[in-house]
Amino acid sequence: MIAETGHYALILALGVAIVQMVLPIIGTRLNDPRLAAVSIPAAQLQFILVCVAFVALTVAYVTSDFSVLNVWQNSHSAKPMIYKISGVWGNHEGSMVLWVLILALFGAAVATFGSNLPRRLQANVLAVQGSIAVAFLLFIVMTSNPFLRIDPAPFDGQGLNPVLQDPALAFHPPFLYAGYVGFSMAFSFAVAALIDGRIDAAWARWVRPWTLAAWMFLTLGIAMGSWWAYYELGWGGFWFWDPVENASFMPWLAGTALLHSALVMEKRDALKVWTVLLAIITFSLSLMGAFLVRSGVLTSVHAFAVDPERGVFILGIMAVFIGGSFALFAWRAPTLSQGGLFAPISREGALVLNNLLLTVSCAAVFVGTLYPLALEAVSGEKISVGAPFFNLTFVPLMIPLLMAVPFGPLLAWKRGDLLAAAQRLTVAAVVSLAAMIAILATHQSGPWLAPLGIGLGLWLIVGAATELATRSKLTEVSLAESWRRLRNLPRAAYGTALAHAGLGVMVLGLVGTTAWRSERIEALVPGGTVNIAGYELTFQGVKERQGPNYKELAGPFSVTRAGQPVTTLIPSKRAYSVEKSATTEAGIYNSWRGDLYIVLGDPLKDGGYSVRVYFNPLVRLIWLGALLMFLGGGVSLSDRRLRVGAPKRAKPKTQSALSAGNSP
Amino acid sequence: MTRKQRRGVLIGTCLVVLGVAVGLVLYAMRDSIVFFYSPSDIAKMEITPGQRIRLGGLVETGSVKRDEGTTVRFAVTDGAEVLPVTFTGVLPDLFREGQGVVTEGALMPDGTFKADNVLAKHDENYMPPEVAAKLKEQGIWRHGDTNAEVKTQ
Repeated sequence: MIAETGHYALILALGVAIVQMVLPIIGTRLNDPRLAAVSIPAAQLQFILVCVAFVALTVAYVTSDFSVLNVWQNSHSAKPMIYKISGVWGNHEGSMVLWVLILALFGAAVATFGSNLPRRLQANVLAVQGSIAVAFLLFIVMTSNPFLRIDPAPFDGQGLNPVLQDPALAFHPPFLYAGYVGFSMAFSFAVAALIDGRIDAAWARWVRPWTLAAWMFLTLGIAMGSWWAYYELGWGGFWFWDPVENASFMPWLAGTALLHSALVMEKRDALKVWTVLLAIITFSLSLMGAFLVRSGVLTSVHAFAVDPERGVFILGIMAVFIGGSFALFAWRAPTLSQGGLFAPISREGALVLNNLLLTVSCAAVFVGTLYPLALEAVSGEKISVGAPFFNLTFVPLMIPLLMAVPFGPLLAWKRGDLLAAAQRLTVAAVVSLAAMIAILATHQSGPWLAPLGIGLGLWLIVGAATELATRSKLTEVSLAESWRRLRNLPRAAYGTALAHAGLGVMVLGLVGTTAWRSERIEALVPGGTVNIAGYELTFQGVKERQGPNYKELAGPFSVTRAGQPVTTLIPSKRAYSVEKSATTEAGIYNSWRGDLYIVLGDPLKDGGYSVRVYFNPLVRLIWLGALLMFLGGGVSLSDRRLRVGAPKRAKPKTQSALSAGNSP
Repeated sequence: MTRKQRRGVLIGTCLVVLGVAVGLVLYAMRDSIVFFYSPSDIAKMEITPGQRIRLGGLVETGSVKRDEGTTVRFAVTDGAEVLPVTFTGVLPDLFREGQGVVTEGALMPDGTFKADNVLAKHDENYMPPEVAAKLKEQGIWRHGDTNAEVKTQ
């Protein structure tokens, strides 16, 4: 009964979404405000209905109702409760319901909190948002119904893929979807602006917080996925340039660019057409991500079950939305007014450079991801484009961007002074040069790019601090005065500094672990030792242990450093009986120097085991950096000048802040 | 600066960055792309030893042998041809005889394949599509859908 209620609610939601798509557009065309206002209750009702469906599916999972096909295929009564719940979105059908739920949530938020938006704009935005919901609800109802029943109901379920039974992965998809789907807001606003042929600063004022929120979630979602891959897959790597990883990384790159161009549009009323285009591109890349993951054209841990019908359907959705929005753009963009002027050396100029490098590097990732698919479709030849390609293309494009980042916030709007900015960055330059020289002197090993990378990371961190120091007039006024100024800086300034410093921290982690990682592969009998990065590891043999829904073979290692005991690590191999599958659990010891990472391999003839040991220097900084970027976004979002729903009240303040505090 | 000059600077910068990017992509395309072959392809084609390739197929039943230390020998087959492979390291969890596998490495002058990376995926019924396609061509493998018998309502 509950499953049928959920299914019914989904179909009702589809009906409501159709209303939400059609009536407001007619209303704005006919200048009928009552018809346009239908969009508000429709968006709210659609959200409630999708909620009902999602709750129904969750109840089926929690109560282990195996008469529902989807639950039977992806759950098991012996599974811990958290994975019963995360099992809801650990499969294709359920994750689509989550996707639509988040989409409807964003729509309902615009309906509920958008009372200060121009009526026409709000109605158009909700209509576009409704059309996306129609497409995906139709997709669920036609090809991916999660509420199908099986008769007779099996006694127990088939379980969830064991590698997915993990706390970080339980929350990886919701964050990722909040990011992907969050960009639909920017898309809906862009298309709404094109439909009406007009766009103003109020538009950017609305788009920016939504984009920022989506970007934050995507940042955290990608970081969680990478962290999971690092400790769960047992390869010791954190990023594999796997097509599905790229599918989430491309919207992130485009979204980062959008975040910065929306800033220019909000503050300076410039780059309008470009911002609209970027909003369309960003969401198109999100849609493409959904297609790549769900169509079965890719092989990956992430790829859901192959079903050609679904692939074709999503391809259709993509064609309609991407093709439609680009056609609309080509038709209507010339009617959008041109914005303010600026010199090449200015804050705007710096942000244009940011956008240029981000979109071009995104294009390079795009080529590397899709070229193998295109080649196979055309010539039948199968190739794989892996890390070497991306290291050769993406990394060189990122270096100038990272070098330019600290300059941006130090340049004034309209016309900046590059020399003055460079002078302010002297400290950052000295610190990073000193670090480079120190590393060159002490580390002969490692690639020649490594010292440069560490220097870049420090340049970003000290550069971010420089911005705060400059804005608080440190060294120019008394310490008390500059402390007062520092406290009164807008939160957006802190957000920017925090996110840019986070990027620097991440660069340090990436460079450290890529350049100076050490690896040993050994055959060890119990009592055998292996030395790595100053640690001595002693293998203590294996023993069997029983977990809640698995059996494991655990091989403890005692770790010492210079004769002092450090810790005991217990890597293991788990066998999940229900899913008939095995996973490798790495033993990881983390310190600020880096991670010690042990993987237990296969048993050998002489009673020993093959063992793989890594030392990954500074690897934690990668995720710490991502967390800082997330927090920076959050701090910036909490700035009242940016607060969702408060643009009108904040407006007079903003203008005074613009003239008083915002140009350093 | 006039509006025209400003636009010139903007367009010029865009062109330079785009040009660099295209150059990098083309350069990387030439050197860092790995082709995927089955044992039959390798038997038919002249592949220079040392060139990085991917080899995919099924792990031949009874072929897995462990040497001293962590070196493993096994053979990859697509039904028509068999290619011996050596690999030093820890095999993935689901590496099994009779299962699909993709290995990356290079051919040795003696005709064996030295792999430095072995991929077997996290699913009992998983078959890398490249392998499935090759095997289908050879008529060995059909889509064995485990859920086929499930009656849906």
